[in-house]
Amino acid sequence: MIKGVILMNDKGKPRLVKFYDYHPAEKQQELIRRLYAVLSSRAENVSNFVKVDSLFGSDARLVYKTYATLHILFIFDSSENELAMLDLMQVFVETMDKCFSNVRELDIVFNFNKVHAILDEIILGGQVLETSSSEVVKAVEEISKMERAANSIMAVPSITGWQSR
Amino acid sequence: MGSQGGFGQSKEFLDLIKSIGEARSKAEEDRIVINEIDILKKRIIEPDIPKRKMKEYIMRLVYVEMLGHDASFGYIHAVKMTHDDNLHLKRTGYLAVTLFLNEDHDLIILIVNTIQKDLKSDNYLVVCAALNAVCKLINEETIPAVLPQVVDLLGHTKEAVRKKAVMALHRFHQKSPSSVSHLVANFRKRLCDNDPGVMGSTLCPLYDIILADVNSYKDLVVSFVSILKQVAERRLPKSYDYHQMPAPFIQIKLLKILAVLGSGDKKASEQMYTIVGDIMRKSDSSSNIGNAILYECICCVSSIHPNPKVLESAADAVAKFLKNDSHNLKYLGIDALGRLIKISAEIAEQHQLAVIDCLEDPDDTLKRKTFELLYKMTKPSNVEVIVDRMIDYMMSINDNHYKTEIASRCVELAEQFAPSNQWFIQTMNKVFEHAGDLVNLKVAHNLMRLIAEGFGEEDDTADSQLRSSAVESYLRIMGEPKLPSAFLQVICWVLGEYGTADGKYSASYITGKISDIAEAHSTDDKVKAYAVSALMKVYSFEIAAGRKVDILPECQSFIEELLASNSTDLQQRAYELQSVVGLDARAVESIMPMDASCEDIEVDRELSFLNGYVQESLNKGAQPYIPENERSGAISISNFSIEEQHGSSGHSLRFEAYELPKPSVPSRPPAVSSTELVPVPEPTYHREFHEAVAPKLSVSGTGSSEIKLRLDGVQKKWGKQTYSSSSPSTSDSDPHKTRNGATQRDVPSSLSSKARDVSYDSRRQQEEINPEKQKLAASLFGGASKSEKRPVAGHKASRPNTHTTDKSHAEKSGPSDVGAVKASPQPPPDLLDMGEPTSISNATSVDPFRQLEGLLDLNEGTTAPGSSSAPKAPDFMSLYGDTSFTGQNMETANLLSTGSGDANLISGISHAPDRNGHGTGSAVTLTTQLSKGPNTKEALEKDALVRQMGVTPATQNPNLFKDLLG
Repeated sequence: MIKGVILMNDKGKPRLVKFYDYHPAEKQQELIRRLYAVLSSRAENVSNFVKVDSLFGSDARLVYKTYATLHILFIFDSSENELAMLDLMQVFVETMDKCFSNVRELDIVFNFNKVHAILDEIILGGQVLETSSSEVVKAVEEISKMERAANSIMAVPSITGWQSR
Repeated sequence: MGSQGGFGQSKEFLDLIKSIGEARSKAEEDRIVINEIDILKKRIIEPDIPKRKMKEYIMRLVYVEMLGHDASFGYIHAVKMTHDDNLHLKRTGYLAVTLFLNEDHDLIILIVNTIQKDLKSDNYLVVCAALNAVCKLINEETIPAVLPQVVDLLGHTKEAVRKKAVMALHRFHQKSPSSVSHLVANFRKRLCDNDPGVMGSTLCPLYDIILADVNSYKDLVVSFVSILKQVAERRLPKSYDYHQMPAPFIQIKLLKILAVLGSGDKKASEQMYTIVGDIMRKSDSSSNIGNAILYECICCVSSIHPNPKVLESAADAVAKFLKNDSHNLKYLGIDALGRLIKISAEIAEQHQLAVIDCLEDPDDTLKRKTFELLYKMTKPSNVEVIVDRMIDYMMSINDNHYKTEIASRCVELAEQFAPSNQWFIQTMNKVFEHAGDLVNLKVAHNLMRLIAEGFGEEDDTADSQLRSSAVESYLRIMGEPKLPSAFLQVICWVLGEYGTADGKYSASYITGKISDIAEAHSTDDKVKAYAVSALMKVYSFEIAAGRKVDILPECQSFIEELLASNSTDLQQRAYELQSVVGLDARAVESIMPMDASCEDIEVDRELSFLNGYVQESLNKGAQPYIPENERSGAISISNFSIEEQHGSSGHSLRFEAYELPKPSVPSRPPAVSSTELVPVPEPTYHREFHEAVAPKLSVSGTGSSEIKLRLDGVQKKWGKQTYSSSSPSTSDSDPHKTRNGATQRDVPSSLSSKARDVSYDSRRQQEEINPEKQKLAASLFGGASKSEKRPVAGHKASRPNTHTTDKSHAEKSGPSDVGAVKASPQPPPDLLDMGEPTSISNATSVDPFRQLEGLLDLNEGTTAPGSSSAPKAPDFMSLYGDTSFTGQNMETANLLSTGSGDANLISGISHAPDRNGHGTGSAVTLTTQLSKGPNTKEALEKDALVRQMGVTPATQNPNLFKDLLG
């Protein structure tokens, strides 16, 4: 299963942290720090895979990829395929890009609830749920629509500004 | 609330993020966040906060917690938000609680009810949100509360809901397999869902279930194969395609399942060959996901019952991976190779060069994977080279975790395959020297035992040789600074036991050395203890041999220091030494017999020699002894109260109590199913009673009495009387559970450790047979015809040259093998030995040119992808054009502008996979290859390495068989 998804920028600042197993807050911070150290130690043009059994227990692997200033990390165990995880990451980023039209780091910072919604449509409880970015976009848009409807009852249109983007 | 930013958040939130982005140090960031927490703490408890404002506070809390600060003061507000009817707020609430809480958090109980309600909602989005929360927040105890609703959802009209319901059940299965064991039929049914997505998600739980119990699901092989066939033949809707591959994730999952089902089952495997072969043939190796499927096919092929034809195409696929420039594919290639060689070891042969390239690659991941492969293909003929390489690598890394792993692997390989005692001792010394404190202490004990017991069973001279070589090597090494403690212990022990055994060194020399060690490591009590015991042994051996003992002044002062030591252990050892030295030869010999460390000492556990004394006392009227666990009332109360508190903090809530509150009389506990508790209203009595039944593990049990005694207990928080009266039944069942759990846990662990021992032994035995087979193979190994079986395009040119060397080598090793037993032992092969016998150097002197040809040939192959992807390279660089989003001079205006030259993530995305792999990557490898090519010496060295590491047992060390076969 997938143990966690982390988005962090090139300075090691977490942008989105989602663990599918529970880790206490301090442990999470330590994991993020150490993962950043792992990433920093990797040269360019090497494989995207790292064994991280020292951090997450036996068999844990990390797949990472860097998009501009953003590192995306997936941590998982032997029941997943490394290359497939790399593609899942691709699906995730494509979806974000469709939802935010040209996604940037800041979109993720300010809309991490939406990013979480996207991620929840792709991965549920550590298992791959959906791998088609257009399906995910459809689901997320449906949620947005419903939420907008709910909000209009509340008569606070401004709060949903991000959906119009 | 101020102006709205373009991102739909308040100005405050924008400012927070901005200031954190600008923070120059961690301390500054912390200050900002702590300030934010203070603000939130104040704001969040204000009355009548508008809901949208509250929502933003919650999001800010999430953000704060993501940065590593405690936001627990706001958890309750997030929980409240899940109760909201507004979908937007509800989702925010659920998101926050899934991020904040773990399944055992106290607040979960407040959410379970909401989840139950939401799972029944008409709005499927609400249901989905609730299912999301179920996956994260429901624990073993709360599963029954939501299980019926989730099972109902399996028949929901929306496929998204069905899918998530399946996932939720999978999660339940992970947390407590027994809770959903009766639902396996549902999974089977969902496999036939008309929505392929639901079917696909069903594969996840099935994979886990099948993994746990393969044999009950063999009947599904047919279904899985036919599903896989349909998927591979593109019968699914186009929308399931991904990068022109039909539903690749489903294919991967299916292949994984088939691998499990077909493992060791010929009949099941036969059904799979066709489809797996088809997929491999049709696979698209140009895309990432195509390779993922291909790799999964190889894994499947290597797991199921072998079939030569499929195996061959798997081997071809591995060759493709290994020859690829992408490190990712090389990594998978090495991994796949490691799987395939378990079935047929020859496959590794044709990839020797590629493997060695990977071993020398700067990419650490690849290197480690390659070491894993080498570990798997180690055998007596190549153990020396491989272990040497491993140790070199071990010395070069700092990662303690991996260092430990590789050190223990070295030890394991050395124990299994050691060609000679000398080599074994040297290897162990190296491992201990560089990773002594990381390896398991057991390894040190094993080494000591090995030295004491020796390899051979009857060959005493070999054993004593081993010992004296160990002693010598230790005397040499011990001067080095910073030796790890475990190693020093071994040194002290061996010097004490065998330092003077062969008469080469005098007692005073050895004792001097031992006291040197003790002096140099005066802070390490363990080493000192080993040292003083070693001194005692040396002295007593001297006395037993009838020689006069003169204790060196430095030893004397060392002993005196220990006599006054704070550590009672050291003190005792010193006193023992003192009194042993004072005894006569005969007494000493019986106390400290020579070389008796392996003799069993019989211990009379019953202390039967005291029976007479006991009987005498009983006759005189003494009380008979009562075993501790049969005694009552003697347990200290303070100890008990700790257990009591511990018990009360245990999580033993029952949500049913909330749903059906019924008035009950607290003073009279209701009848409980267990008889133990029923008649015991009085706490002290109860305590004793319970103590008698479960002496150590009466963790809670007393919870019921405790509630009556102290109402300020934790559980009072949930406050109603109904609860406290119903709690005995739950808290009562708890100790049983724990007790059972504990004992169960105990038994299997001891069993399994035994089993491990056994399996280890049996493996060893197998390995001991192995060399014999090897020998047979080597003597049969006329020409290297095997290696010519399947030459691969890229290696064609280089192949013949290794072949010639192999042959020449085989010619040479052939006859020597026949006389192997008698032949004088050859020196162990060196890593870079090129000038072994002259015949070989003759043969290899032709090599470099051929090798060069081979490499040039390879280069031609690789230039194509390199040049084709070259134009993309500058594009790649443009990605890094604007990387300073969070730069210090970032301004809000700048922030909000959507266009202006921000790096566009997606432009990188669309090409990134190829580019990472090819663009610069191929250029680099190209140059390295070119630089490698003309270097004849390196080529030669590599060739020598290949010969030793490869499957071909090129050099046979006669010594080896003598040692291992006894």
